[in-house]
Amino acid sequence: MSDKIFRVNMSTLTTSIEEVPADWAGHGGRGLTSTIVAAEVPPTCHPLGPNNKLVIAPGLLSGTPAANSGRMSFGAKSPLTGTIKESNSGGTAAQLLARCGCKALILEGQPTDDKWYSLALSPEGVTITAETELIGKGNFDVVATVAARGADKLGVITIGSAGEMKMAAANISVKDPDGHLRSAGRGGLGAVMGSKQVKFITIDPKDRKVSIADPEKFKAANKVFAKALVDNPISQGLGQYGTNVLVNIINESGGLPTRNFTAGQFAGHDKISGETMYDKIMERGGKPKHGCHPGCVIQCSQIYNDINKGYKTSGFEYESIWAMGADCCVDDLDHIAEADSLMDDIGIDTIETSVAMGVAMEGGLLPFGDGAGICRILKDEVGKGTGLGRIIGGGAGAVGKAFGVSRVPVVKNQAIPAYDPRSIKGMGITYATSTMGADHTMGYSVATNILKVGGSVDPLSKEGQVELSRNLQIATAAIDSTGMCLFIAFAALDDTTCLPALIDMLNARFGIALTGDDVVNLGKHILKTEKAFNEAAGFTKADDRLPEFFEYEPLPPHNVVWDFAGEEIDSFWNF
Amino acid sequence: MKITVRLFAFFREGRFIEEMKEYPDETTVAEVIDDLKIDINAVGVTMISSRHCNFDTKLKDGDQLGIFPMIGGG
Repeated sequence: MSDKIFRVNMSTLTTSIEEVPADWAGHGGRGLTSTIVAAEVPPTCHPLGPNNKLVIAPGLLSGTPAANSGRMSFGAKSPLTGTIKESNSGGTAAQLLARCGCKALILEGQPTDDKWYSLALSPEGVTITAETELIGKGNFDVVATVAARGADKLGVITIGSAGEMKMAAANISVKDPDGHLRSAGRGGLGAVMGSKQVKFITIDPKDRKVSIADPEKFKAANKVFAKALVDNPISQGLGQYGTNVLVNIINESGGLPTRNFTAGQFAGHDKISGETMYDKIMERGGKPKHGCHPGCVIQCSQIYNDINKGYKTSGFEYESIWAMGADCCVDDLDHIAEADSLMDDIGIDTIETSVAMGVAMEGGLLPFGDGAGICRILKDEVGKGTGLGRIIGGGAGAVGKAFGVSRVPVVKNQAIPAYDPRSIKGMGITYATSTMGADHTMGYSVATNILKVGGSVDPLSKEGQVELSRNLQIATAAIDSTGMCLFIAFAALDDTTCLPALIDMLNARFGIALTGDDVVNLGKHILKTEKAFNEAAGFTKADDRLPEFFEYEPLPPHNVVWDFAGEEIDSFWNF
Repeated sequence: MKITVRLFAFFREGRFIEEMKEYPDETTVAEVIDDLKIDINAVGVTMISSRHCNFDTKLKDGDQLGIFPMIGGG
């Protein structure tokens, strides 16, 4: 049975299963969500109105035995940025959705009354059920209650109270293999799901499996691919310290945004570093290695316990720790872990919300460094949806306006993550030109600017940065279509066996004959599709710019400013 | 000359986090790595006072040298 499009209309409470249009057949993951949003969503629609659609698509290789292929793409018009958006997540849902034979799930329309629903998806289709018990509840309650209702083996996609309240920073969470959460964090897609009045979705593939056109060829290619990932030295550090291994190296380079982007180094860096986190995990009986989906051979997640050795959080990532840590000057990892857990339960993006806190601290809401104060505001204001909570849940841009702060680190209204564009200039190009607003995962120039992966480009020089970001953004758009974790890129950039093996797996899965050039062209096509949507929504090259303060506030320790001319940034699109 | 050496990730195991070391003038980054019995093939990034440097870069009195294994994240 070939894969199908599953469609749910929340205006009429009807569902259908459709053949895949020929134009969509070669797409998966981000390529498919962006193709469907571009085809079916009016670019000028209100992101929370009936004309926006939430598209959920596993990658092309999700559901197969391919290593690290469990990423799920969520797409819509973003309520935070107003642009097209794809946000992706680990967890088990992508693999289970692919096994259902679902190439994409499209949620459209919205109820005209105030009733809430859950969706149950299986190979036979989608069932819509009214939900009352879990409305107003956090994500942890959703996962536990769904399990208690007898569905503990199923995939779960859920929104917390932030999504229900349609906050622009609300995320969508996905259950991981141990019942913890992973999140499609960026761009407020939890608010889009909330606007459809869908609290959660369960996924039950029953005994269905993904079919593979040439199983022997697939198996051989996967062996080479997995070996490239395991043998890559970067995988070792990721397994031991998680992505938080980056705190110290980004600090050392002078690119760790500190105190709402006023310095590039944080005095408390070692206290919140991956090295310290590893020591605490070991002392408290946690687990330094943990996979966000079955088949992950890198295992960058972890189980972080509190001081009493009880579970506190997992998927405790560098960008979240940086945002609550250096950007808000909090040097207590346990306060940061508590905040991470609260934000997972509320269902709100850790990057957007924490950068918003940094802006609010500058506006005088709390002193910098007040970790306990941040936790209190998350719990009592954001979680409960008070006036202040809704301003913070509206993201860094909303907080800047409410508090009269001019140093607001956003592009297209999305908070800039953990790498200062003045001293890691390749990231500045990615933030400026990304079709999604500021997002490090769109084109991770840090690899070549700081980590010296895939060559070396001086982070303080403008030379080579546009070309670097362009090549990375094209490659990333393609990888995001496969369902692969982006961390395969570290192996792909420096190990010549990795990418050919990935292409061999795609060909063996579908019985096709893609070449490397085809994959590059796919990446270019996706970027251009996304850009065309944004232009039709009213965006111009004037939106592809960083906030003005980066041009006149030199960043210590290198005392550098953002110095790219508009035309230089715009040359990104010369392909 | 005095050099502050800072080690990161598993290079700290059995060594130190940060130490002031005494080396002869014109000591190179590679010679410090060798002195610390770190496998140079495992070194991903070296920085002197927050700027990337090469293995053959000669150190100066007062330099702060950071030595990282090959790491990534994001």
